[in-house]
Amino acid sequence: MSKLASPSSLSRVFFITVLVFFAFVYLAPLYVMLTTSFKGIEEIRSGNILALPNSLNGSAWVKAWSSACTGGDCYGLAPYFWNSMRIVLPALIISTVIGALNGYVLSQWRFAGSDFLFGALLFGCFIPFQVILLPMAKLLAWLGLANTVVGLVLVHVIYGLAFTTLFFRNYYVGIPSELVRAARLDGAGFFAIFRHIFLPLSTPIVVVSVIWQFTQIWNDFLFGVVYSGPGTQPITVALNNLVNTTMGGKEYNVDMAAAIIAALPTLVVYLVAGKYFVRGLTAGAVKG
Amino acid sequence: MFDYLEKQLPRLIMAPTALVMLVCMYGFIGWTAVLSFTKSRMLPQWEFVGWEQYERLFANPRWNVALDNLLIFTSLFIIIALVLGLMLAILLDRNIRNDGALRTIYLYPMAVSFIVTGTAWKWILNPGLGIEKMVRDLGFTEFEFRWLVDSDMAIYTIVIAAVWQSSGFVMAMFLAGLRGVDDSLIKAAQIDGASTFRTYWHVILPIMRPVFFGAVVILSHIAIKSFDLVQSLTGGGPGYSSDLPATFMYAHAFSRAQMGLGAASAMVMLAGVMAIIVPYLYSELRSKKT
Repeated sequence: MSKLASPSSLSRVFFITVLVFFAFVYLAPLYVMLTTSFKGIEEIRSGNILALPNSLNGSAWVKAWSSACTGGDCYGLAPYFWNSMRIVLPALIISTVIGALNGYVLSQWRFAGSDFLFGALLFGCFIPFQVILLPMAKLLAWLGLANTVVGLVLVHVIYGLAFTTLFFRNYYVGIPSELVRAARLDGAGFFAIFRHIFLPLSTPIVVVSVIWQFTQIWNDFLFGVVYSGPGTQPITVALNNLVNTTMGGKEYNVDMAAAIIAALPTLVVYLVAGKYFVRGLTAGAVKG
Repeated sequence: MFDYLEKQLPRLIMAPTALVMLVCMYGFIGWTAVLSFTKSRMLPQWEFVGWEQYERLFANPRWNVALDNLLIFTSLFIIIALVLGLMLAILLDRNIRNDGALRTIYLYPMAVSFIVTGTAWKWILNPGLGIEKMVRDLGFTEFEFRWLVDSDMAIYTIVIAAVWQSSGFVMAMFLAGLRGVDDSLIKAAQIDGASTFRTYWHVILPIMRPVFFGAVVILSHIAIKSFDLVQSLTGGGPGYSSDLPATFMYAHAFSRAQMGLGAASAMVMLAGVMAIIVPYLYSELRSKKT
């Protein structure tokens, strides 16, 4: 809280007004999306975007979920929603488990060259993925995984590892190495120490890693659009196709309902565990 | 035997990651680099043509538009997000005891996909039915706001949407920085009779220099990689007026069968990112050690 002399009450009212004003600005797009999704097409054409809907008409939601056209087919977003789940869940579990073990080694079981390895891995957090897109497509084709969910899981695990390793390494580095030394004197091995000392301490960083990977992979579009085929596309790609499908006139209410459906899982995660979300952002970005 | 294995265990655990990293990061970068010196189009082919693809790239008007756009987008995006984020952080820090709700509101856009952001803003900025119509309904019947379909202005719509999505994050970084500033420094400045503004300008902001650097690095990194937002908001259009390097690369490598050219553009993007990241990582790591 404020360490400077508190501002006078008049300027304080002004500052708070400014803050609240910006809160409305940030909320406006969400408000517009929500209200538009409940309007009928006629109402959208005649009214303005800030108006509340005349009645709560859920048909756009039903259509966005189950029958809107997304390029090739017209099954709505539902199949793609589940595609995304099938990509996200395995990818985040695998990359978090490997990241935890990597971080444990890189912080507590250093060996000659392990710091170099960490530095080389860190670089992976920053490369623009355009530079690996073409060869990765070749590799997936060679493995027979082109246009498959398994292929996308693999890609997300590989390029998520740099981040999950970073999270766990920076977290475990704060645990005193005397603990490991004492446990080893007692005869505990590598995995026993991990299980009985490190794992019980890991809940916060596991949450950070899981949330980070969940939002990253759920929101991914680049890998999704390049490495998926008809039927295996993630929801971001399907949403983009839905919005750009122009058959039979634009239905903005369906577009908005679809956008909210695509955003819902990560928004829920953010609302439930916002603190950890912010921690992941800053740790992943400024390398803790 | 068992002892030996136990001793090698840390290396064994790291081995798969190291191998994957060697192949899928550094190997792939090398592969793309080699590809950028060949005449590959539809399929990779290994006939070397030296710097020809790079010469073609920088002679390509669409690429030059993409570079100009990147410059406009990056500088505006960074400056606006920094100013807005810093302002919100300072106001929050000084005036609100329970800032949880406001912070949540400023930051939620960061949780959604750029595709969602693009879809939402495409509708809000819709020339016929969006903001333009809203202002006209208020009585300003001549009001025009059609940046989305104006090839000179389309790039600025991407700035608007990107700032909306990312400035809350900058706010969170600055807020964390402000709350970490040592009390005694501020007290000393106040005892010396410095005004609030001078205290910020001369004492607090200089301490926050690392946060500034961190934010600039992250924002420029977001900017260079921007792909989804352009794809969903303008599709690079009208024409190719709002293209960025990332959309240029995608279009040429995957839709237009210009693999060599696409690889060259990817290498230029990598060079751009490295020019920012390497000095940053270097100074970060060095300051950690001392």
